[in-house]
Amino acid sequence: MIQAILVFNNHGKPRLVRFYQHFPEEIQQQIVRETFHLVLKRDDNICNFLEGGSLIGGSDYKLIYRHYATLYFVFCVDSSESELGILDLIQVFVETLDKCFENVCELDLIFHMDKVHYILQEVVMGGMVLETNMNEIVAQIEAQNRLEKSEGGALG
Amino acid sequence: MLAGSRPGVGKAATSRRLAPLCSPSPGKSKEAEIKRINKELANIRSKFKGDKALDGYSKKKYVCKLLFIFLLGHDIDFGHMEAVNLLSSNRYTEKQIGYLFISVLVNSNSELIRLINNAIKNDLASRNPTFMGLALHCIANVGSREMAEAFAGEVPKILVAGDTMDSVKQSAALCLLRLYRTSPDLVPMGDWTSRVVHLLNDQHLGVVTAATSLITTLAQKNPEEFKTSVSLAVSRLSRIVTSASTDLQDYTYYFVPAPWLSVKLLRLLQCYPPPEDPAVRGRLTECLETILNKAQEPPKSKKVQHSNAKNAVLFEAISLIIHHDSEPNLLVRACNQLGQFLQHRETNLRYLALESMCTLASSEFSHEAVKTHIDTVINALKTERDVSVRQRAVDLLYAMCDRSNAQQIVAEMLSYLETADYSIREEIVLKVAILAEKYAVDYAWYVDTILNLIRIAGDYVSEEVWYRVIQIVINRDDVQGYAAKTVFEALQAPACHENLVKVGGYILGEFGNLIAGDPRSSPLVQFNLLHSKFHLCSVPTRALLLSTYIKFVNLFPEVKPTIQDVLRGDSQLRNADVELQQRAVEYLRLSTVASTDILATVLEEMPPFPERESSILAKLKKKKGPSTVTDLEDTKRERSVDVNGGPEPAPASASAAVGPSPAVPACCDGLGNNLLLFCSLMSRGVSQPQRAFPKHPRISAGGSEFVCKNNGVLFENQLLQIGLKSEFRQNLGRMFIFYGNKTSTQFLNFTPTPVPRCGLDSLTRTHLNLQTKPVDPTVDGGAQVQQVVNIECVSDFTEAPVLNIQFRYGGTFQNVSVQLPITLNKFFQPTEMSSQDFFQRWKQLSNPQQEVQNIFKAKHPMDTEITKAKIIGFGSALLEEVDPNPANFVGAGIIHTKTSQTGCLLRLEPNLQAQMYRLTLRTSKETVSQRLCELLSQQF
Repeated sequence: MIQAILVFNNHGKPRLVRFYQHFPEEIQQQIVRETFHLVLKRDDNICNFLEGGSLIGGSDYKLIYRHYATLYFVFCVDSSESELGILDLIQVFVETLDKCFENVCELDLIFHMDKVHYILQEVVMGGMVLETNMNEIVAQIEAQNRLEKSEGGALG
Repeated sequence: MLAGSRPGVGKAATSRRLAPLCSPSPGKSKEAEIKRINKELANIRSKFKGDKALDGYSKKKYVCKLLFIFLLGHDIDFGHMEAVNLLSSNRYTEKQIGYLFISVLVNSNSELIRLINNAIKNDLASRNPTFMGLALHCIANVGSREMAEAFAGEVPKILVAGDTMDSVKQSAALCLLRLYRTSPDLVPMGDWTSRVVHLLNDQHLGVVTAATSLITTLAQKNPEEFKTSVSLAVSRLSRIVTSASTDLQDYTYYFVPAPWLSVKLLRLLQCYPPPEDPAVRGRLTECLETILNKAQEPPKSKKVQHSNAKNAVLFEAISLIIHHDSEPNLLVRACNQLGQFLQHRETNLRYLALESMCTLASSEFSHEAVKTHIDTVINALKTERDVSVRQRAVDLLYAMCDRSNAQQIVAEMLSYLETADYSIREEIVLKVAILAEKYAVDYAWYVDTILNLIRIAGDYVSEEVWYRVIQIVINRDDVQGYAAKTVFEALQAPACHENLVKVGGYILGEFGNLIAGDPRSSPLVQFNLLHSKFHLCSVPTRALLLSTYIKFVNLFPEVKPTIQDVLRGDSQLRNADVELQQRAVEYLRLSTVASTDILATVLEEMPPFPERESSILAKLKKKKGPSTVTDLEDTKRERSVDVNGGPEPAPASASAAVGPSPAVPACCDGLGNNLLLFCSLMSRGVSQPQRAFPKHPRISAGGSEFVCKNNGVLFENQLLQIGLKSEFRQNLGRMFIFYGNKTSTQFLNFTPTPVPRCGLDSLTRTHLNLQTKPVDPTVDGGAQVQQVVNIECVSDFTEAPVLNIQFRYGGTFQNVSVQLPITLNKFFQPTEMSSQDFFQRWKQLSNPQQEVQNIFKAKHPMDTEITKAKIIGFGSALLEEVDPNPANFVGAGIIHTKTSQTGCLLRLEPNLQAQMYRLTLRTSKETVSQRLCELLSQQF
């Protein structure tokens, strides 16, 4: 199961935070900070897995992350997930973002936070992998956009 | 301007909405940001509170802003109601943002849950797939118990209904999985289970993937019910593996057909042993071979995604091969494949290969094959740049270690330790200590290794490690001389670690005489050497050294005056530390007044320690999480039963080891503590494996004091206190259990489960029914939570139920088991009767099986009033003026169970002179007489 999905930039500013297990707000913030410090000190070309921090998990949990330009995408998962599978899932998520926003950048995550959440929801649900087929995900998002447009139009 | 922005659609409008909050303004400080956010929060609050009803769009806009502010790390304490209102909107976009807010911000305890549940119920019933999807997502994301209570019955219906759309089915499967994870007791198994299994044949691969995840989790707990999934999973897997990369269209990821589904199917198969049906088994073997073959084919793409996906499947296939552990041919191929990965240029693959090989090392078929890679692994330890990978290498070396390579591996680990990252030093120290002990043929090597450990990483050598070396030296007389010589030499170093001083002090105190013949290590030299370290040491070490000195007085009469001078010194006799001062005073006195014979008796050499499981191992288990260590230990079966060498120590020495003589409490300082520590570890169940099968948990007895009372503190350790309040009526009872978190840190995943314990005949019958609800899985520091257990006694029983408590505290997994004081006498109903009635019934129950008698010595002062109170507390009526002898006590009552009622008569005859009691129980049922007699006898 995926326990948390954290996206932050190179300065540790959170850009997307999603917890699938309940933590109080201040612990959530601590987890983001701790995770940032854990991945920040790692070189780019070493392995993408590391043992979870002290706040989240324990020995059964791993942090699996990818670093894209200015953003870190970190998934905290338990041993029931395949490490490489999650790594690919991050890639699917990012590629989908890229398709939906046409060349996604950090600002898209800020200005379209709701949309980013909706895209994520099509990929991961309640901590479990929902859909991995990028075309299917994009089709769902486009259907949502159409709905939104028709409602927006009605509001005029 | 913010508030005034006009509703709009698309990118530009959304951008404007949030711009003022997050415009990157490098010049501004943190305070400015907080100020801006507070201003915005105040604005939104006033909008929500304002008289003018907000339209749906504005609500949506503000809720979105709140989400963003929350992301930046600010508390949001309002807006929940507005979000809930959005749920009942008919507009998709409003509903959607409402659900999003709730999934992100409403925790599982919120009181709003009822309102939210209502909205969800409506959406589930709407038959609008988009709305149903949103509702299912929300249930899965929140996943609280309340939601499970409300929807655990409904979701399976949606999942298996014939007309449900694929996308909804997919969501329903995962939603059910989430509910099952949080509240398995609330998800009813039923005829839907067989239909879920058939989803493995579904056309839509997304549905199959979700269903596989669901079935995997369900099958772990109900393997029988989902057995049929094995053959379906194998045939599905086979179709994927043998398909051309274009067959699966969209589910082909970078030329790999449906990698996620393959991984999930292989996981599902790991819930079961190898298939029994030869056809299915053959097909599976074929699949696994195909996957292994594909690994050797040239890549279809140079992209890393291609190799990633391909290898994800490959690693999962290898896991399954290891799990089945039955096909030597596949195991060897798997090992070779991993061997290739050990040298791969991708760090991720090297990491995973080390990790998989670690489990492979415990298989009989491949242990030898794994060992051939030792040089590569050692090289990884030396050259990997990534600490995660090096840590895996340490784990693998530990797993592949056996008698043939122990010396090499220990040497490599020791040399790595000199430069190891601080974060993993303690673990390496423990591992080295365990391997050195386990595979020591030559105990001189063992002593050298541990002293090296202390030299290289003294700060990381925990007490368990140095206690252990002392235990072993004391238990093996062939190594004592060598140990004394070695510590003496090691102590020569100008700066040595305090742990070395402790070990040195202890060993020289016991065995210094073995090297005293050499003038270079004469008694006086030994003493001076130790005393030169004395002033640099902490109080406990100094206390230990004082004990060494008094032992020297016995071993070497010639240094007695020197030592007496030291003890007499102001810095000892008037030391501010009470412990040191007391030792100095007592030892000085002992050395002055006692004759040589008495000294020799009091200060005799320590007797051998009773053999126990190494406390170091317990510590490693605690550190690493129990399952990782036990697996290796249990499967390798190379336990070092011969550590003690000689015959089993006599039972008497067990107590002697803890305190041979009250006059020398210090001699056993460390070791006494060690045993205590170890016992407390065991009673807390920390070293108990997480998986249920290998060993029975040690259960700390709930104490017999609860037999005659219903309230009190049941259990207490440093973390947790458990209090009880209970009431019983006839065959029913109710128990309130209070769990108090004594720390300031949260407990996570807190799950207490009371379970009836298995008596011999419990396989066929249940004696006790316990019903309870799980408690909130997080217990805040200092907080108390309550759990109610409803009890029904079905028939008479002997074994008290057990309360198993698991939780995570600061990242480590804690496991506590205590006996719940639910004993047979709790179901007593007192009966008053006259003397005549009593003796008439007494005579009726004269059959020898109906009477149980126990004569025993009083453990407590024989006080009449206390005895009376205890009999009443026990549950029976206390009958006055019945027995002709007024000193005797008689009682009567009925034991109520669901199936029977048993009349009980009891008679307790005290004999003050002999300080003895005779207790006689007569009931119509032998087992009841027996049990009640046992229970009541403990009380006096």
